[in-house]
Amino acid sequence: MSPTFLYTLEVILNGLMAGVMYALVALGFVLIFKASGIFNYAQGVMALFAALTLVGIQQGQVPFAHLINAVFGTEVRDFGWTVPTLLAILLALGVMVLFAWAVNALVLRHLVNQAPIILFMATIGLAYFMEGLGDLMWGSDLKTLDVGLPSGGSFWLEDVTRGWAAEGADYYGMYIDLLDVWATVIAVALVAALMLFSQYTRTGRALRAVADDHQAALSVGISLRVIWVIVWSIAGFVALVAGIMWGAKLGVQFSLSLIALKALPVLMLGGFTSIPGAIVGGLIIGVGEKLFEFSVGPLIGGATENWFAYVLALLFLVFRPQGLFGERIIERV
Amino acid sequence: MFDRTDDRQLLEVNNIEVIYNHVILVLKGVSLSVPKGGITALLGGNGAGKTTTLKAISNLLQSERGEITKGSILYHGQPVANLSPSDLVRKGVIQVMEGRHCFEHLTVEENLMTGAYTRRDGRAAVEADLELVYSYFPRLKERRRSQAGYTSGGEQQMCAIGRALMSRPETILLDEPSMGLAPQLVEEIFGIVRSLNENEGVSFLLAEQNTNVALRFAHYGYILESGRVVMDGPAAELRENPDVKEFYLGMSDSGRKSFRDVRSYRRRKRWLS
Repeated sequence: MSPTFLYTLEVILNGLMAGVMYALVALGFVLIFKASGIFNYAQGVMALFAALTLVGIQQGQVPFAHLINAVFGTEVRDFGWTVPTLLAILLALGVMVLFAWAVNALVLRHLVNQAPIILFMATIGLAYFMEGLGDLMWGSDLKTLDVGLPSGGSFWLEDVTRGWAAEGADYYGMYIDLLDVWATVIAVALVAALMLFSQYTRTGRALRAVADDHQAALSVGISLRVIWVIVWSIAGFVALVAGIMWGAKLGVQFSLSLIALKALPVLMLGGFTSIPGAIVGGLIIGVGEKLFEFSVGPLIGGATENWFAYVLALLFLVFRPQGLFGERIIERV
Repeated sequence: MFDRTDDRQLLEVNNIEVIYNHVILVLKGVSLSVPKGGITALLGGNGAGKTTTLKAISNLLQSERGEITKGSILYHGQPVANLSPSDLVRKGVIQVMEGRHCFEHLTVEENLMTGAYTRRDGRAAVEADLELVYSYFPRLKERRRSQAGYTSGGEQQMCAIGRALMSRPETILLDEPSMGLAPQLVEEIFGIVRSLNENEGVSFLLAEQNTNVALRFAHYGYILESGRVVMDGPAAELRENPDVKEFYLGMSDSGRKSFRDVRSYRRRKRWLS
């Protein structure tokens, strides 16, 4: 095999794995949008907040340490223990469920029947609130998140792929980050679990019913409040997973919340209402931008990854506004 | 203590007023009662307040910015004002909404299963009821795997009624079942309503514009006009009442009415209110 082919293959693989990471963020948007028609601007910040909480719990930080120190003149920082990763993840999940409940009780409950734009504005407010809350609780310094997943290139893969290249070719094997591989595996498992849940459980069916028709769901006795808390909890869980993966890759800091911006083109491609759409959209964007950077990038000075996704999304908006998998409005003739 | 509630009366609506958006007065004192095991019809034209009355009972009004400002609604003698729609479904009152409102992207069978959402009596009982629903609506069984959005209007109406049945209701509030359906299908659906009433003991309160059909299948009827009950009586009597004949059934001794006459008796209709 020629090195060019192998390079392209490497780019595609890396693109697919980056795509999964985008899809992970987009998924949170889709869940909430489907169930309540709310475009949750705070999804990115939720991922940041989840990751911050996880790191904080794991390292035994005292929440609101700065505030406590400022008010009481103390010098508290750490509890002096560390929490095992799995337990910390469960606790962070608990915090996200609590958060889902609070959002519904304090914000959304009072905005029932309001126009979508008002709900959207509320989530913008929520995003800034959470950003501040995250800082106040856990401090604003850059943190590293280590959940015990392997990272760095795989030497095994490098050795294997080096053997594929033609004899005597100048090729040193593929570089694939193990963390990306793990992220892909976990994301696939997460999506499979979500699909099974929504397809085959009573609650899952109720979620889809609410997504279809709020009024009818109310009329058969489905409580929208309960469903919304469940949906926000699931979105919080997805945000936690996305936060772990991205946090382990980039470090946990404010810019983590900007991954939400990467999810937007994914949503435009895949459609706001489709879980498979979020996945496929993520993959297309991931592969597309890596391939474009690899092939066209050098000709036009590089850094195409910053804008490629948005241009692609723009094209989709022109030719297929509901996205690839967006729910078609069923019209009987 | 003196108890006015007759235990044969399932549902009692006492002089309720409903206001939408704090300004629009839709019901101006509606009273009615639904006996156990009966089919009660709520008749009247567009905007008379039929749907609002049903939604006031099932408490779906709250989600539409409607509010009951006066009067009371009792189910088995208990006030229902503070119950959520899902509490009411648990108590046995379920509404089939106007325009059917099936879950379009769910299959017919999944639609039916959502009706059992509030039930806690086990999978076997739910499965048994699913078969019961299919026995009343064999057509739904044929279409069980299709997305509800792609089924016909009649099938969607059956799906909506079947879905309500899955909650094991005591009372079904049925809103405009004939809407947009061919006369033959309307007969079929009303026939099923009657057999559900006779065989399964489900009580119905049905809102209907199609006075003719409704009065043939109901036991008792109330006629609603701009938010007030203007007439009520056993269905057989209402059918023979000259005013009902003239205003709602379009029959009169003097033959067909011209549009001008229609307008004039629109004015005359105020006579009872």
